[in-house]
Amino acid sequence: MKIICFHEKSFTILNTETEFRVFTLMGPNPKMKREFPDSTRSSPFPDEVLERVLSLLQSPKDRSAVSLVCKDWYNAESWSRTHVFIGNCYSVSPEIVARRFPIIKSVTLKGKPRFSDFNLVPENWGADVHPWLVVFATKYPFLEELRLKRMVVSDESLEFLAVNFPNFKVLSLFSCDGFSTDGLAAIATHCKSLTQLDIQENGIEDKSGGWLSCFPENFTSLEVLNFANLNTDVNFDALEKLVSRCKSLKVLKVNKSVSLENLQRLLVCAPRLTELGTGSFMPELTGRQYAELETAFNQCKNLNTLSGLWEATALYLPVLYPICSSLTFLNLSYTFLQSLELASLLRQCPRLRRLWVLDTVGDKGLEAVGSNCPLLEELRVFPADPFDEEIIHGVTEAGLVAVSYGCRRLHYVLYFCRQMTNAAVATIVQNCPDFTHFRLCIMNPGQPDYLTNEPMDEAFGAVVRTCTKLQRLSVSGLLTDLTFKYIGQYAKNLETLSVAFAGSSDRGMQCVLEGCTKLRKLEIRDCPFGNVALLSGLEKYESMRSLWMSACNVTMNGCRLLAREMPRLNVEVMKEDGSDDSQADKVYVYRSVAGPRRDAPPCVLTLSGL
Amino acid sequence: MEGGVAYENDLNLKETELRLGLPGTGSTIEKGVSGARNNKRPLPETREEGGANGKPDAQHDDQENAPAPKAQIVGWPPIRSYRKNSLQPKKAEAEAAAGMYVKVSMDGAPYLRKIDLTVYKGYPELLRALENMFKLTIGEYSEREGYKGSEYAPTYEDKDGDWMLVGDVPWDMFLSSCKKLRIIKGSEAIGLGCGA
Repeated sequence: MKIICFHEKSFTILNTETEFRVFTLMGPNPKMKREFPDSTRSSPFPDEVLERVLSLLQSPKDRSAVSLVCKDWYNAESWSRTHVFIGNCYSVSPEIVARRFPIIKSVTLKGKPRFSDFNLVPENWGADVHPWLVVFATKYPFLEELRLKRMVVSDESLEFLAVNFPNFKVLSLFSCDGFSTDGLAAIATHCKSLTQLDIQENGIEDKSGGWLSCFPENFTSLEVLNFANLNTDVNFDALEKLVSRCKSLKVLKVNKSVSLENLQRLLVCAPRLTELGTGSFMPELTGRQYAELETAFNQCKNLNTLSGLWEATALYLPVLYPICSSLTFLNLSYTFLQSLELASLLRQCPRLRRLWVLDTVGDKGLEAVGSNCPLLEELRVFPADPFDEEIIHGVTEAGLVAVSYGCRRLHYVLYFCRQMTNAAVATIVQNCPDFTHFRLCIMNPGQPDYLTNEPMDEAFGAVVRTCTKLQRLSVSGLLTDLTFKYIGQYAKNLETLSVAFAGSSDRGMQCVLEGCTKLRKLEIRDCPFGNVALLSGLEKYESMRSLWMSACNVTMNGCRLLAREMPRLNVEVMKEDGSDDSQADKVYVYRSVAGPRRDAPPCVLTLSGL
Repeated sequence: MEGGVAYENDLNLKETELRLGLPGTGSTIEKGVSGARNNKRPLPETREEGGANGKPDAQHDDQENAPAPKAQIVGWPPIRSYRKNSLQPKKAEAEAAAGMYVKVSMDGAPYLRKIDLTVYKGYPELLRALENMFKLTIGEYSEREGYKGSEYAPTYEDKDGDWMLVGDVPWDMFLSSCKKLRIIKGSEAIGLGCGA
């Protein structure tokens, strides 16, 4: 939806995703003045109309823009917003959120810095969801949806959530930690209107699968169930009954404990699934069972997403063929497939848009991707053996080059490899200039172009020069300041940049801070950037969500200076055991309207301007 | 792998180049083929200008020198803990269950045996184990002659379905491609040794 709003002197143009409508608010409406001569309103429309119009806006960015137009619009927007997205839980407090938005039904909340996924953040760092839930219980008792990423969630919090929000419908936990399957049992027991339960890649204490049996027998509202990453066995009988009675179930991702034989029974109960995560795909079926499974897949006409496939071997992959032609997203990132096996499967999947694989498929497997999937938009290749350098396998530059020739619509890549060349990357982006997300991980830190022995500067130069829509970039390999000069010069749409083991001097980071006008998240580790670089971004950090710098050359004094100059930034330092007193080992800087946080553990030093 | 001793009678092998080398040097040359991919870089610290070993122009490591194994860097490569934890044991399981246990048959023997290839560090140990298991002698391997002169020769079926002579390829490559083993009579092995 494109809404063009004129209000007296200012106008905003908003982009949303639905149909085109034009509203013009052309200043004081003579008709209104006649009917309401005493009106001191600057807006010609009553609040209700304005709110109705604004309620059509979905994107948080559009809503932010609208709220800045004038006070009336700010209020109308606040009253019409039902979903709030908080990218950094410490940038604001739950009280402030509740004061501004009185009617919220859906909250998305992100906590720890992304590098916590790689064990770089101390465990007790914070991001506890509980204080938020306490405020929500009072202010948003009709809350329906909660989506958390990298938050600490305890069983008590889950139980609190389950009993205090009678309308609760959607729970999504991604990369969270602190809870066990007991918490899930509380959700299953109490949330009578639950439609979505999505538990992905969390640091969960997996005590037992009994939680699944806690859904009451009269509970039928589930539409999304994802427990693929839990390990313990669930009671299959309970699962089958649950799936049978939840007629609206569209997404079902089960865990390894569900065998192929049992999968067949689930598919028979739920042929209308659009997304399926299988359990174990160990080839243990009789001939008749195999045929039954094939038939069951044949009945699933709506499947567009497939994942799971643990222990799948070439032997049984053909059972998937009936659904392959309609697949748009195939996640094989937990399946050890070789190139030929992947090729056979992909020949059946011409409509694939998103593919996740392990690097066991090799360059040959990726050639098959290029040959068979012309509609591919996203490719992620994960390493099967990231820590073993002795084994010669995985993918090389040749694989991604092959994909780029066949998949011209590719715009998202995450690629773990052990060798790369500047020329290959240049070819790849020439073939696919529409990249929005380019995440390349050459696994050996600081490795140069293996053919020319030069730094990989020109590779990333080609990326930023060619891919004008680039929003997210992860760099790797041997890189000098030149890479960052290129990034600052060309990457004008870049929002997220991840840097590791790269750069030669402060100048590198400075170029990025000076040049990347839309930068929101900058995460840096093990680079020779120091105080000069840190302080060059003084005025920029308030327009960003956050900055992370670890194992760089920043000192405590540099951080103190930053904190003093920029009181609206929270500057936090985490020190490592045994490091020099003056070194700021890990620095996390973020804007906040809530002030320094009060729940920081001892290992996190909050530097204030005082 | 035991080094080859050049026999006077040349058999017509696909590799006809003469190589003079001390026993045990054969393996170095084979590793060289794959050396290009073993491009290990020293840690960034050692590349500082002031470093004693500073070689500002990065080079391939000398193929003869295997660099010391690096200490694992925290949080690198950047893979989520969940994925790390679920892949590592799985790989070990996959190896134990599917890839590394291979059947061993011997011509004339009524039963098959099964061995775990990961238990052995290299060809000599594997061959000794087979000799013990089947109470036979396999003898010395040579690149040119195979197991000529031995009563038996170990062969294996690789991923492409071809029957190969055990010892022809580097151990790692053998591990990843061996599907099953078969010990054949020495007389049949001569056929394998002749450019098959």
